[in-house]
Amino acid sequence: MKSWLTTTDHKRIGQLYFWTALGFFLIGGLEALVIRAQLAKPEGIGVSAEVYNQLFTMHGTTMIFLALMPLSAAFFNYIIPLQIGARDVAFPRLNAFSYWVFLLGGLFLNASFVAGPLFGAPRLSVAPDAGWFGYANLTSRQFSPGPNIDFWLLGLQILGIASLAAGFNFIVTILNMRAPGMKLMRLPVFSWMTLVTQFLVITAFPVITVALVLLMFDRFFGTHFFVPAGGGDPILWQHFFWLFGHPEVYILILPAMGIVSEVLPTFSGKPLFGYTVVVYSGVLIGFMGWGVWSHHMFSVGLGPIADSVFSATTMLIAVPTGVKIFNWIGTMWGGQIRFTTAMLFAVGFIAMFIIGGLSGVSHASPPADLQQTDTYYVVAHIHYVLFGGTMLGLFAGMYYWWPKMTGRRLSETLGKWHFWLTFVGMNLAFFPMHFSGLLGMPRRIYTYGPELGVTRLNQVSTAGAFLLGIAVLVFLVNLWWTRRRGEPAGNDPWQGATLEWAIPSPPPVYNFTVIPRVESRLPLWKTEHHGAMAPLPLTPPTPIHVPGGSWWPLITAFGLPVIAVAAISHHLWLVFVGLAIVITGIYRWAYEPFEV
Amino acid sequence: MRRHSLLLLLLAAIAATACGGPFPQTTLAPRSDLGAQVDTLFTSIFWWAVVVFAIVEGLLLFVIIRYRRREGGPKPSALHGHTALEIGWTLAPALILVFIAVPTMRTIFATAAPAPAGALRVEVIGHQWWWEFRYPEIGVVTANEMHVPLGKPVQLEMTSADVIHSFWAPGLGGKRDLTAGRITRIAFTPDSLGEVAGQCAEFCGASHANMRLRVFVESDSAFRAWAARQVTGAAVPSRGSPAERGQDLFAHGACIACHTITGVPQARGTVGPNLTHVGSRTMLAGATLPNTEEWLRRWISNAPSLKPGSLMPAMPLPDDQIAALVAYLQSLK
Repeated sequence: MKSWLTTTDHKRIGQLYFWTALGFFLIGGLEALVIRAQLAKPEGIGVSAEVYNQLFTMHGTTMIFLALMPLSAAFFNYIIPLQIGARDVAFPRLNAFSYWVFLLGGLFLNASFVAGPLFGAPRLSVAPDAGWFGYANLTSRQFSPGPNIDFWLLGLQILGIASLAAGFNFIVTILNMRAPGMKLMRLPVFSWMTLVTQFLVITAFPVITVALVLLMFDRFFGTHFFVPAGGGDPILWQHFFWLFGHPEVYILILPAMGIVSEVLPTFSGKPLFGYTVVVYSGVLIGFMGWGVWSHHMFSVGLGPIADSVFSATTMLIAVPTGVKIFNWIGTMWGGQIRFTTAMLFAVGFIAMFIIGGLSGVSHASPPADLQQTDTYYVVAHIHYVLFGGTMLGLFAGMYYWWPKMTGRRLSETLGKWHFWLTFVGMNLAFFPMHFSGLLGMPRRIYTYGPELGVTRLNQVSTAGAFLLGIAVLVFLVNLWWTRRRGEPAGNDPWQGATLEWAIPSPPPVYNFTVIPRVESRLPLWKTEHHGAMAPLPLTPPTPIHVPGGSWWPLITAFGLPVIAVAAISHHLWLVFVGLAIVITGIYRWAYEPFEV
Repeated sequence: MRRHSLLLLLLAAIAATACGGPFPQTTLAPRSDLGAQVDTLFTSIFWWAVVVFAIVEGLLLFVIIRYRRREGGPKPSALHGHTALEIGWTLAPALILVFIAVPTMRTIFATAAPAPAGALRVEVIGHQWWWEFRYPEIGVVTANEMHVPLGKPVQLEMTSADVIHSFWAPGLGGKRDLTAGRITRIAFTPDSLGEVAGQCAEFCGASHANMRLRVFVESDSAFRAWAARQVTGAAVPSRGSPAERGQDLFAHGACIACHTITGVPQARGTVGPNLTHVGSRTMLAGATLPNTEEWLRRWISNAPSLKPGSLMPAMPLPDDQIAALVAYLQSLK
C-alpha cells in the first residue's frame, strides 16, 4: 500500500492511471445509460430535467477529462519510457504528482453528486449542469446560483494542473531521454503523436485555465467578464473555450492515431507505410488545430467573412487526416494480416473514424452546419470521432500492450466478443443519431414529444447503448479472468518492432538491463539495411540506481482539492490551509534527498 | 465479410425505423428559400460523402480480406512508402474539398445578405423558456407562435433577455443564436403554406427542452386578418360572465406582475408573455401544451410541475378562481 502511495515508477503510475480512468469510464458510461433510458420513450421514463442536465454535463466532462485523456495518459506513462529506451520519465515525482492531482480532481468533481445537503440544496446531487462546454452567461451566478458550476470550474482547474504537469514532463522525457541512436525520425509513431499531443496540452490548457479563472471571478467576486448586463460578452467565453476545445479534440485523437500506427504494422508484418508523412501530418494537424476553433460557433452569427475563413481552415484539416487513413491502408496492403483483437480494434478505428470525419465535413460547411449543430447529428459526429475513433484506438492499445503491462495476454475469445459487441453496439447507438438530428431532434433535451417522429430511432440508439454496456462487461470479465489464467506473454507476444518488446513482461523496475543502442526505426526487426537488435543481457551487468518513493507529490496534490473545497464553501481560512499544504509539499519535495 | 453482412443488417434496421413520419421538425423538407439553399448544399455534400465513404471503406474492406494471413502466403513486402502515391492521396481529397468549399462559400454569402427593403421585420426575444415575437411596423406583440405571410421576405432580428438561446425552425432554414447585448439576423421567404415546428437549439437551462415554437405561414389575406385582430385591445368579457370575474381576479392578483393585457390598465408586466390575445394561440407554455381549458387550468395551478424551473410560480388558488381565470384567458381570442 505504502509503496503504491509513494511510487514514482512510471509503470506503476501508468497502472494507477489506467484503473482510475477505467473507473471514471464506467461512471461516465452509467450516466450515458440513464440518459439513453430516459430518451427511449417520448416524455421520458421519469428522470427530471434537473437530473438529466447534470447527467449529460457530467457524461461529457467525465468521458473527456476523466476517461479518454487519462486512459491515453496510462499508455504515455507505461509505454513511452519503454519505447524510447529510458529507465523512467524525466521527472518521476512530478509524474506521481500529476496522477494524484488527476485522481483528486476527478473525485472532487464527482463529489458534487452527493454534496447537495452540505449546500442546503433541495436534492442530493448538485453536479454541474450547464453542458461540458459550460456556455456563459448560463453559468453566471444569476442563472446558476447553486454550487453546481463551482464544482465544474474548480474541478477543471485542478485537472488542468495535472495535464500541464504531465505535458511538460513528457515533452522533456521524449526530447531528452531517448536511447542513444534514437533520432527523432526513428521515434515510434506513438511516441511522436504523444509529443505532439503534449505540446497541444501545454499550449491549450492555459487558455481554458484563463477562461475558468475569469469565470471564477465572475461567480465569486462579482466581475462581469461574461455578463452582458455589466458590459461583458458571453461570446468571449465561446472563443476561449473552443480555442482550447479544438486542440483538445486532437489531444484526444492523436494518441489513438499513434496506437493504431503501432498496431497495424505489427499485425500486418510490414513497416508503417509512409512513416515520415504520417509523422508530419500529425504535426501539421497539431498546428492546424489552432486555426479552426470558430467552426464550433457558426450559429453565433460571426458574419460571412469569419464563417468562410474558419470553414476553409476546417476543410483543409481533412487533408492530413485523409492522408493518415490512406497510409494506414497502405500499411496493410501486401501484408499478412493477423486478426488479433488489437488488430480488429485498430481496423475498427479506421472504419469508424472515416464516418466521423465525413460527418465532420458537413459541419465544416457553415450553412449545412446551421441545420446540424446542436442536434443529434453533432452528437453522432462526436461519438464516431471520440468513441469510434479514440475509444476503439485505446481498446486496441489495451489488447496490444496489456501483455507487456501484466505479463499475461487477454483472452482472444472474450476479446473478439468484446470487439464485435462494441462494433455493432456503437453503430446501433450512434448511427441513428444522424437521422434523429436531421429530423429535428436537438441535443440536450430531457424530453421530446411523440409527434417529432424520432421515437423508433431513439429506441434503436438506446438498444445500441445497452449493447455497448454489455460489451464493456465482457471486457471487465476479460481483465478479471486473465489476471491469473491468461496465457503468459513472454517478452514479445506479437513480434513487435519497437523497444518495449525487447524486455520482459512485465518489465523489471529499471526497464532495460543496459540501455540499447538504436540503429533503425524498427530496432527489433530485420530490414534491408539493418539486422535485428541483439538481445539484451538478462541481468544488469552493473547495479542500476532506482529512485525510491516519495510522499510529497501526494501531499502537495492534496492541497489543491482543499483549496477548491475552501472556495466552494466560502471559507477563506481554509484556502490558506490548502496553500500551506501545497507550499510545504513543494518545499519538502525540492529539498528531498536524492537517495531515499 | 462478417463485417459486411453486419453493416447491411444495420442499414436495414435503420431504414425500417426511419420510415414513418410526418416529421414536423425535419431539416430535409425545406419550406423557404433559405431552407432550400441549405438543403441543396447539404445534399451535394452528402453525395460527396457517400462517394468517399464507398471508396475508402471499400478499399479498407478489400485490403483486410485480400491480405488476411493465409498459411504459406507470400512474405509481407517491406515497403516503406511511395512518394507518388502520397502526393496522389494528398491532392485527391484536396480536390474534392474544392468542390465542397466553392458552393459552401457561395451559400454563406448568399444567405448572409439582409432581406430586401420592405421585408416583414420580426423582433425575436428569447426568454427562459419562451419566445417573444414583436412586429415593430404593425404593432403586434405575441409569444411562441409567429405568423408570416407566404412568399414575402421576412427579416428576423433577434436578441435574448437572459441566457443564450438559438432560434431554430428547421423547415425555414438553419438556426441562429440569440445573445443578450447583440442583435443577430436571419432572412427567409417562406414558400409553402402551413405550420413549421421549431424549438430552442442552444442549451439554456432547466427547461431548454420545453422551449418550442411554431411558425404559421399564411396567405397574405389570412395574415392581414390575424394581424388586424392582434393589434386590437383585449376582448371585454360580458357582464356577469365567469370571464368577467376572471378579469377582475387577473387585474387584482399576482398575474399583473409579469403579464401585459392591453386594455387592462393594471396588467403591464413584461417578464412573462403578453396575454392580450392568448386565447388565439394554439399552444401554451413555450408551445409545449395544447391551449385547452384542461391544460390551462393545470398550467395556472402549478406551472413548475409542467415546465421545470418555470419562473411562473404555482398558484394555490381555489378551484372556482382558477376556473374563472381560465374562462377569461380563453375568451382573449
